[in-house]
Amino acid sequence: MELLKFNQERCDLCRLCINKCPFQALSMEAKGIAVNEKCRMCGVCIKVCPRDAIRFEQKAGSANKREWNDILVYAEQENGDIHPVAYELIGEAKRLAAKVGYRVKVVIVGAGGTGENAKKLLSYGVEKVYVYEHPGFTGFKADCYTDAVADCIAAIKPSIVLIGATALGRSLAPRLSTRFHTGLTADCTQLDIKGNTDLVQIRPAFGGNIMAQIMITDARPQFATVRYRVMEPAKKVEDPTGTLELCPVTDDLARSRIKVVEATAICRSKSISEEEILVVAGRGVKTEKELELVQRLADTLGGQLCYTRPMVEQGYGDTSRQIGLSGRTVKPKLIITCGVSGAIQFTAGMNGSECIVAIDRNPEALIFNIANYCIADDLNNILPGLIQRLQVWKEGKQDGVSIQ
Amino acid sequence: MRIIVCMKQVPATMEVEVDPQNGILKRMGSETKTNPYDLFSLETALRIRDKVGGTVTVLTMGPAQAEDMMRDAYSMGADDAVILSDKKFAGADVLATSYTLAQGIRLLGGADLVICGKQTTDGDTAQVGPAIAEHLGLPHTAWVKEVCYVDSGKVQVRQDLVSVSQVSEMQYPCLITVDKDIHVPRLPSYRLKKLSEGRKVRIITYKDLPDQDLSRYGLVGSPTQVERIFPPEAAQERVQLEGDSEQKTEQLFGLLVAKKLV
Ligand SMILES: Cc1cc2nc3c(=O)[nH]c(=O)nc-3n(C[C@H](O)[C@H](O)[C@H](O)COP(=O)(O)OP(=O)(O)OC[C@H]3O[C@@H](n4cnc5c(N)ncnc54)[C@H](O)[C@@H]3O)c2cc1C
Ligand SMILES: Nc1ncnc2c1ncn2[C@@H]1O[C@H](COP(=O)(O)O)[C@@H](O)[C@H]1O
Repeated sequence: MELLKFNQERCDLCRLCINKCPFQALSMEAKGIAVNEKCRMCGVCIKVCPRDAIRFEQKAGSANKREWNDILVYAEQENGDIHPVAYELIGEAKRLAAKVGYRVKVVIVGAGGTGENAKKLLSYGVEKVYVYEHPGFTGFKADCYTDAVADCIAAIKPSIVLIGATALGRSLAPRLSTRFHTGLTADCTQLDIKGNTDLVQIRPAFGGNIMAQIMITDARPQFATVRYRVMEPAKKVEDPTGTLELCPVTDDLARSRIKVVEATAICRSKSISEEEILVVAGRGVKTEKELELVQRLADTLGGQLCYTRPMVEQGYGDTSRQIGLSGRTVKPKLIITCGVSGAIQFTAGMNGSECIVAIDRNPEALIFNIANYCIADDLNNILPGLIQRLQVWKEGKQDGVSIQ
Repeated sequence: MRIIVCMKQVPATMEVEVDPQNGILKRMGSETKTNPYDLFSLETALRIRDKVGGTVTVLTMGPAQAEDMMRDAYSMGADDAVILSDKKFAGADVLATSYTLAQGIRLLGGADLVICGKQTTDGDTAQVGPAIAEHLGLPHTAWVKEVCYVDSGKVQVRQDLVSVSQVSEMQYPCLITVDKDIHVPRLPSYRLKKLSEGRKVRIITYKDLPDQDLSRYGLVGSPTQVERIFPPEAAQERVQLEGDSEQKTEQLFGLLVAKKLV
């Protein structure tokens, strides 16, 4: 692989890159500076070169698949803790790994406290957690985070790299896949692996109207970002045997051209994607009284009320309560849709729910194609009775009386 | 100050269907429009130029018909428009698309600030922007909600990272991808439309680009392949509740309790 490209016209052989390389990967040869196989693509040489003469330059092409093995999961941190998508990625990685005899490894990057957080990951039965901890990694800086993860990838050569399709992950993953000149499939909702280690990546396309199955058959590693709340999280294992590896981080590796001026946690009440029970109001909910009914159903169930896009556009709720392609993806235990026709842009955001109940007076409504329990009726005929029964049942439970 | 905005023309409708028998994509209509998210980036660029001075160049990779979009960009106030168009660019995935755009930016002499939209409605990956930054070796910040401060040397932006709101500062050259609703995109102006009528939209082809390695463009330069497409699948258990409203309500209540859903 050709990893780095030197611009001979610009380079004045000042040797700074050779001296600063943490891996002794550069040397002075007759034809100028040369890179050897110790290079880990960390980019320190590029950062220190005063003449801007070095660039990553690696061509897409066929990798020797046997040289690239195992699955690497990027564990994102959020407000000082592990982002829950990391456990889902580990769960999925273990499932895939078992099929082809791969091991699951994790890389984590961050400021102080990262090593402590990394320990939590070991209980989920991963083989190794690579920790890049340095004050320079305070806040999210796409450039130096890329450098750190690239360093890890170049060292361990994983066949697959899984990253959460979060705001951070979708900013980081494309830089990494580009640096390794390989493929990246964004926002996967389903993964599988073939016997020859090719990753089967499935994602919604054309606004969720169809699903596309995407493969990266020649290049390695295979990058995928995976949507949050879609995969089954890993379970803790009885006696974990994995270990932490603290990776050396030089100041140069952590150096960034992005200055974080301020970072504030956004306190949102429990987001709808974390809720176990959701009630959705669609355009079939038209009057004040109907709106009150759906709100009462949500309250009685102890869940939250959400909306389809037209409802949000009409001002019933803010976009954080919109489900669908241009809203949130949710995966609750129970979702009850009321007056929702079931357009694909909507269902793309909720069809992973465990139990879908649909109430719509049009028996032909598309929502009935994906609902588990279909009620073709006017919501005004169903909701009052349902709410009343639920309330009686709840009171009965509190009184210790079983009405079953 | 040189600003380059990457914009894409997308199909006007995403109403596509897969024939369940043969798995072939049935597209509805061939109308196109400007990727709605890219209007926010153009608006952001125009505002920065009007404040700091300089020029806004709109860059796209796509068929020559993208000229329509470029005319609209002129009518909104863009100074220059360039289309990277060649059969050799067709079938490009994220890597090849971002590489071609990066080559285009190089050919144009680089930029102080590159601005991309959050995502396209057809590709829908939100990856091309950061990938361009990596090809050009630029720092980037994505999901920009607000430009907090800008002058001729640096830009300070607020990014929304879902649970964290982060203000980041970068010196030029750098790249940002802007979120929707950062500003309300202006409407094309009739005056500018008239003024720009004679103005050219430059077309750049493969042979103009600095890197003449064919294997980096289009389908050949794309490591990902779409193996098949299929309609989204339906849920497994499906029960149609029967009877009158009262009976259906009773059944639903019974199911919710029995399945421990409440
Ligand atoms: C690119 C793109 C992205 C989109 N993203 C989203 C998204 O993120 N989320 C989203 O929701 N939509 C999205 N949409 C819009 C989507 O296509 C649909 O238009 C929308 O989901 C329809 O909302 P609805 O079901 O509330 O309304 P409608 O389609 O109008 O359905 C109303 C339903 O209520 C029923 N009804 C009426 N009265 C009653 C009653 N009294 N009792 C029972 N039933 C009744 C009707 O039979 C009907 O089925 C997107 C569209 C596009 C093009
Ligand atoms: N063919 C293209 N030409 C110009 N800009 C593009 C093209 N494809 C993507 N972009 C830019 O990259 C952003 C993200 O696109 P995507 O990764 O396809 O979701 C868009 O908002 C555009 O700014």
